[in-house]
Amino acid sequence: MMNNPVMPIPCEILKITHESDLEWNFRVKTDVKPAPGQFMQLSIPMVGEAPISVCGAGDGYLEFLIRSVGKVTNVIFEKKPGDTLFLRGPYGKGWPVEELKDKHVVVITGGTGLAPVRMMLDKLYEEPDYCKSVHLISGFKNEEGIVFHDDLAKWEAGSFETIYALDRDEKEGWRTGLVTTFVKEIPWKEFDGNYAVVVVGPPPMMKFTGLELVKNGVEEEKIWMSFERKMSCAVGKCGHCRIDEVYVCLDGPVFNYTKAKYLVD
Amino acid sequence: MSYFVTTEQANQVLSKLLETYDVYAPKRFPKQGRFSDTDIIRYAKVEKVDDIVYDEKSDFPAKEVINPIQQAIFYFTEDEFRASKGHTRPILLFARPCDINAQKVQARIFMDNGGYQDLYYARMRELINFVLMECPGGDDTCFCCSMGTNKTDNYVMAVRFGEDGLKVEVKDDKFAPYFEGAAADDFTPKFVEENQTKVTVPEIPDKDVLLALKNHPMWREFDKRCVSCGACTIACSTCTCFTTRDIVYGQNPEVGERHRIAASCQIDGFSDIAGGFGYRKTAGDRMRYKVLHKFHDYKVRFGEDMCVGCGRCTSRCPAYIPITATVGKMAAAAEEIKKEQGK
Ligand SMILES: Cc1cc2nc3c(=O)[nH]c(=O)nc-3n(C[C@H](O)[C@H](O)[C@H](O)COP(=O)(O)OP(=O)(O)OC[C@H]3O[C@@H](n4cnc5c(N)ncnc54)[C@H](O)[C@@H]3O)c2cc1C
Ligand code: SF4
Ligand code: SF4
Ligand code: FES
Repeated sequence: MMNNPVMPIPCEILKITHESDLEWNFRVKTDVKPAPGQFMQLSIPMVGEAPISVCGAGDGYLEFLIRSVGKVTNVIFEKKPGDTLFLRGPYGKGWPVEELKDKHVVVITGGTGLAPVRMMLDKLYEEPDYCKSVHLISGFKNEEGIVFHDDLAKWEAGSFETIYALDRDEKEGWRTGLVTTFVKEIPWKEFDGNYAVVVVGPPPMMKFTGLELVKNGVEEEKIWMSFERKMSCAVGKCGHCRIDEVYVCLDGPVFNYTKAKYLVD
Repeated sequence: MSYFVTTEQANQVLSKLLETYDVYAPKRFPKQGRFSDTDIIRYAKVEKVDDIVYDEKSDFPAKEVINPIQQAIFYFTEDEFRASKGHTRPILLFARPCDINAQKVQARIFMDNGGYQDLYYARMRELINFVLMECPGGDDTCFCCSMGTNKTDNYVMAVRFGEDGLKVEVKDDKFAPYFEGAAADDFTPKFVEENQTKVTVPEIPDKDVLLALKNHPMWREFDKRCVSCGACTIACSTCTCFTTRDIVYGQNPEVGERHRIAASCQIDGFSDIAGGFGYRKTAGDRMRYKVLHKFHDYKVRFGEDMCVGCGRCTSRCPAYIPITATVGKMAAAAEEIKKEQGK
């Protein structure tokens, strides 16, 4: 029998954590070992499939921060620990973790864009000597939209330099404004060219953050972004994620900015 | 080795072949055409030589046999997915050079892209034996010569249909026994060397020219003209895109099938994602996406153009948009941009 790269495998849900009303973290039993930034296809028979980033990994499990937005994700929200989710993957190319070694790392996230970088941030937190420094700018629309409260607190208390912000609202210890506003506060000059920038969030946030970074003299080839596109197969067959000659499911979702800036749909 | 067989002899050969093979060829379906009193010619199983339409190009491509508009890929219950059963009998597929070459194009996506081999395409391709139908010249929408897809040697047999019989070249020896006793002939298939319609595929030297071409006003013409029906991509010999959908059996909601259904980049919603984001919101932008894929993007990734020049998209378009004119306009726009950018 030929191998079937789109075969969904049943996995048990171990734990569900409500990060916000609409965003829950599902811990699922599996031995699959994805790289930070990769994604999996989650599937419910009778409903369909959805690509979801791996947001955490541990011994024998993976975590997925899922936002309830439609058909598949709504039904996933009806599941309880002990129920079955179907998984296939991992797919795509994740963050260039090797590239970050011994560099100053700047991570800029918008909303649930924190999910696809959480696994990488955890690695940098666990191995403080891996890079020279970590600056994290995380923006959320409002208080209700904040996810990974515990991680944000842990990173802030640890060695990361953090700026947490709400778009318009006030919150104690937090800043107010879009993430782009804080780009100039990163001590770019002190990095002496030895840095890498990771950006992930909704499409307009990534676009404007890219432009703002370049305006602040950040070199394009040192910026990385994760793209979200409609996907049906995740294995380069269905065509939904294609932009020019690029398949986001295969060649991405993470791209260097020199490539990303030309990925105009 | 080549042979001449009378139509009667050919029918005998065909019935012998049918003991082992399913035979698919273009077949006429009377009065099912787009306009009243017109027929449709599409691929179907055939059992008689007379069923095979050889003197007209089929309205729909041979890909439908290998890569149907809709197929079940899994059967599922609440706790298990099982791959659907595939076709089991080997297939003889009658096709013109464009349709055979189109499978080279589809295979790069289904068999190779990203290092993933698609089970459903692969298991079907294993069963396929192409029978080349010598092309008597196509029609005024064809431009295979411009695309270099007018020739092929990917066939087990080649046939030329005539009034009183068929000439057959048997290239794969395993088919020779079927022709025992038939008259020898010196037939080898001829290929179309020139089409009435010619196309110049634009040279797009770099991403800046590409970006300017995407933003060129030429695409706005299609905002009004193209009705976004997707008929062109369904008729296309090489389009591969699909969507996955689950279908539940009426009586028993616990079991069902996961289907693969042909999708069209020309229809709004093809690229919509959560949060109300979507790309290519106008018919012109979607036209640009399709045409650049066929005549540029695919080549950048795989080394050859995606279009095989079959002209079916032109024939099927209810808005009478000819692909050849669109590519011509794109080539002119590319030249204009290169001049502006000094390239
Ligand atoms: C690489 C990648 C990583 C992702 N990571 C996460 C994640 O970590 N957490 C998370 O909550 N979401 C993530 N998404 C988005 C998630 O895949 C979609 O929200 C989900 O597919 C919606 O499915 P649905 O059936 O619930 O919604 P639907 O009922 O199908 O539709 C609701 C909305 O979602 C859109 N949509 C449908 N399919 C997709 C799709 N494949 N991709 C994007 N939007 C789609 C629809 O067009 C519609 O606007 C990711 C998407 C990609 C491509
Ligand atoms: S784009 Fe048109 S001419 Fe080219 S292969 Fe497809 S249907 Fe044929
Ligand atoms: S080009 Fe013609 S066939 Fe294709 S979507 Fe537009 S109107 Fe339909
Ligand atoms: S998701 Fe199907 S080709 Fe990328």
